[in-house]
Amino acid sequence: MTQQQTSDPYAAEQTTNAGPVFTVTGQDWDSVVVGLAESHEERVVVNMGPQQPSTQGVLRLILELEGETVTEARCGVGYLHTGIEKNMEYRNWTQGVTFCTRMDYLAPFHYEAAYVMGVEKLLGIAADVPEKALVMRILLMELNRISSHLVAIATGGLEIGALTVMTIGFRERESVLDLFELITGLRMNHAFIRPGGVSQDMPPGALEHIREFVKLMRKRLPEYAAFCNANPIFRGRLVDVGYLDLAGCLALGATGPVLRATGYPWDLRRTQPYWGYDGYDFDVVTWDTCDAYGRFRIRLQEMWESLRIVEQCADRLADLEGAPVMVGDKKIAWPAQLAVGSDGMGNSHDHIRHIMGESMEALIHHFKLVTEGFRVPVGQVYTSVESPRGELACHLVSDGGTRPYRAHFRDPSFVNLQCTSVMSEGGQVADVIVAIASLDPVMGGVDR
Amino acid sequence: MTAEPPETPAEEPRDEPAVGTTPHDDSPDALAGKAHERWPENTLPVSPQQPALEIIDVREGMFGVRGPGDTSGYGGLSRPVVLPSATQRPYGGWFDDMADHLEAALHNTAGDGSPIEHVVVDRDEITFYIRRAKLLEVAQVLRDDAALRFELCSGVSGVHYPAETGRELHAVYHLVSMTHNRRIRLEVAVPDADPHLPSVVAVYPTADWHERETYDFFGMIFDGHPSLTRIEMPDDWPGHPQRKDYPLGGIPVEYKGATIQPPDLRRSYT
Repeated sequence: MTQQQTSDPYAAEQTTNAGPVFTVTGQDWDSVVVGLAESHEERVVVNMGPQQPSTQGVLRLILELEGETVTEARCGVGYLHTGIEKNMEYRNWTQGVTFCTRMDYLAPFHYEAAYVMGVEKLLGIAADVPEKALVMRILLMELNRISSHLVAIATGGLEIGALTVMTIGFRERESVLDLFELITGLRMNHAFIRPGGVSQDMPPGALEHIREFVKLMRKRLPEYAAFCNANPIFRGRLVDVGYLDLAGCLALGATGPVLRATGYPWDLRRTQPYWGYDGYDFDVVTWDTCDAYGRFRIRLQEMWESLRIVEQCADRLADLEGAPVMVGDKKIAWPAQLAVGSDGMGNSHDHIRHIMGESMEALIHHFKLVTEGFRVPVGQVYTSVESPRGELACHLVSDGGTRPYRAHFRDPSFVNLQCTSVMSEGGQVADVIVAIASLDPVMGGVDR
Repeated sequence: MTAEPPETPAEEPRDEPAVGTTPHDDSPDALAGKAHERWPENTLPVSPQQPALEIIDVREGMFGVRGPGDTSGYGGLSRPVVLPSATQRPYGGWFDDMADHLEAALHNTAGDGSPIEHVVVDRDEITFYIRRAKLLEVAQVLRDDAALRFELCSGVSGVHYPAETGRELHAVYHLVSMTHNRRIRLEVAVPDADPHLPSVVAVYPTADWHERETYDFFGMIFDGHPSLTRIEMPDDWPGHPQRKDYPLGGIPVEYKGATIQPPDLRRSYT
C-alpha cells in the first residue's frame, strides 16, 4: 500500500484468496482500520500470539470476530512442548522428580507430589513414609497453593489493567518463594519431594519464619479483598464473564476453582484424601456464580484456608523435631545427606566419612542408588492430587526396571484450556482475556 | 576386547556364561538376543498360578551391559516382563458391585460378545480391558447408568509395548465417578499395523485434546474424532515421539575434555 508500510518486512500487507492479511506489530493499528473500511468486511479473523506478553506463557488464540463479538475462539498450544514425559523414560525413578517439577513452574510441588505418590504406590511403600515427610509435603503444597493463586490473581489483574493487584501479588509471592528457598534451597524447580520422603529435614528456624509469614499474610490478604471484591470496575470486568456451569465443567473435564465456582464442592483433599489431609481442619470453598468473579473469590478464600493448613502443619512439625523424613529402607531412601559448609550447601562430611571410612555396605548402597537407582515392580498406577488449577494426576507404568516405562501427566491447565471456546464465544473480545485468566492456565504444564 | 583363549573354540557350547571372553563371530545384539536359548537353565520360571497374559518384554542380563563387554556373570539371565494378569473374582471392595452393574448394563445394550476382555485389579485400582469395537458403547453406559455414573473422563494416555505382538498400542482412559467417589481405568489394545479405535469425544467431550495428544505422540487413530490433528508437535512433524521406536535424540556434550553421551546412549540398567 503506502511506501511506509511496504518498507517494514514484519508489517507487510498481503492479499490471499481468503481476503487481505494485515500484520500489526503495535503503533500501526490504523492500517487495519483503513484497510477494513475499504473492504467493507465485517468478519475478521484475529491471530493472537503465540508470543502474547499478557497471557501466561506462549498461548496462541485464533479469534473470529464480527465487529466486537467473538463468534469462534480456538486455542493453539504446543509452543512450549519440551518432551519432559519422554525424557523421564530415560532417567531413573528418583531423577523423574527433577523433570516433572519443571512442568508447571507455578505449582512445582504438586507435580512432584503426584509423581512421587505414583512411585510410592508402585513400590508399595505408601504406608511406610514417615509422618514428618507427609506433613512437610502438605506444608509445601499449601504454601505453593498460596503462591500460585497469588500469581493467578496478580496476572489476572494485570491483564485487565489492575496494576496494583499485580504488584502486591508478586510482593507476597516473593515471601513464599523465600520460604521455599529456606526449606528446599531453591525458589523453583525444587525436586524436594522424593520417593520415600523428602530430600532434607526442616532447617533450624524455619518454623518461626513460617509463623511470621502466616501473620504477615493475615494482615495483607484483606488488601486484595479491599481492592477488588466490591470495586465496580473490577466487578464490571469479571462478573458474568467466562460463564461455565456444572454440566459444562464435567463435559469438558474442568476441575479446581472452575468447578467449585459452580457450587460443587469437589476438592480431592476432602473427597479422596491423601497423605493425611483428612486430619486437617479446613473448608472447601465454593461460589455459585459460575463466572470469572466467582473463580477469583474462590482463589482468594482458598489462600485463607491454606494458611489454616500451614499453621496446623507448623504445629505438628514443632512436635516432630528430629523425626525421620525418609523411609528407613536403605534400598530406596536416596542418600542425599547434605549439610551447610563453609562454601555453602554440599555433601555432609559425616556422611562422606561414614561411607568412605566406616561402612562398606553404606558405600555400596550409595553407589548403587546413585548410579543404577532402585527397581520398581511391574504395573501401572494413576494418582491424583488437588493442584491449584484442579485435578492433577500422574499415570505411571513400570516394567520392573530402574526407569519409568511411561509417565503421563493429566495436567489441569491442559484440560481446562479446552473451555476457552465455550467461555468466550458470543462475548466481547475483551472478555476473552478475562475468561482465560480465570482458568489460570500455565503453558509449561499444558505443553510439558 | 582381548584375544580369546585358544582352548575355547567358538563352535562349542559352554556350560557357563562367558566371563570376559566371547566368540568373535557373535555380535553383541545377537548374543543378547540368544541368551535364554543358549542357557535355558538360567531362565527364571514364570509362576504357574499367574498365567503370563501380557509379556511386554524379555529382560536379558543385568547391570545394563550387553555382549562381549559383560563381565558380570549375569549375561545369561533372561526374565520375561509380565504385566499384572487377569484377576478372578472376587475383586474386593466396591469393585465386584460395580463390575456386576457394568456387566448387567452391557448385556442389556450389547447382546452377543462381551465387550470386556478381562479385568485386572492391581494396587487397589481396577482396569477393564475393552474390545475396541465396543469402547464407545461401554463409555456411554459408564457415563449414563445411574449405578455407575462415571461423569468425568479424567484423561486419556497412551502406552507403547513394542514386544506385545498384535497389541502394541494401548489407550488408557481414566474415569471418575464424582457421584459414587470412584475411579476406574479402561484400557484398549490395538495392533500397530491397524491403530484404529473409536473416539469417545461424543460421550466425553473433554477427551478431545487428550485423544489429539495420544494421536500426536503414539499415532493411534481415533475414528470419529471431530478434528484429529497434532496438538503438541508441529503439524508437519514426522513420526510419533512417545513411541518406543522413536529415539530420544540429543548430542554428546564435551566438558573438560570428557564427552558425555546423550541420555539414550548412556548405560541403562533396565
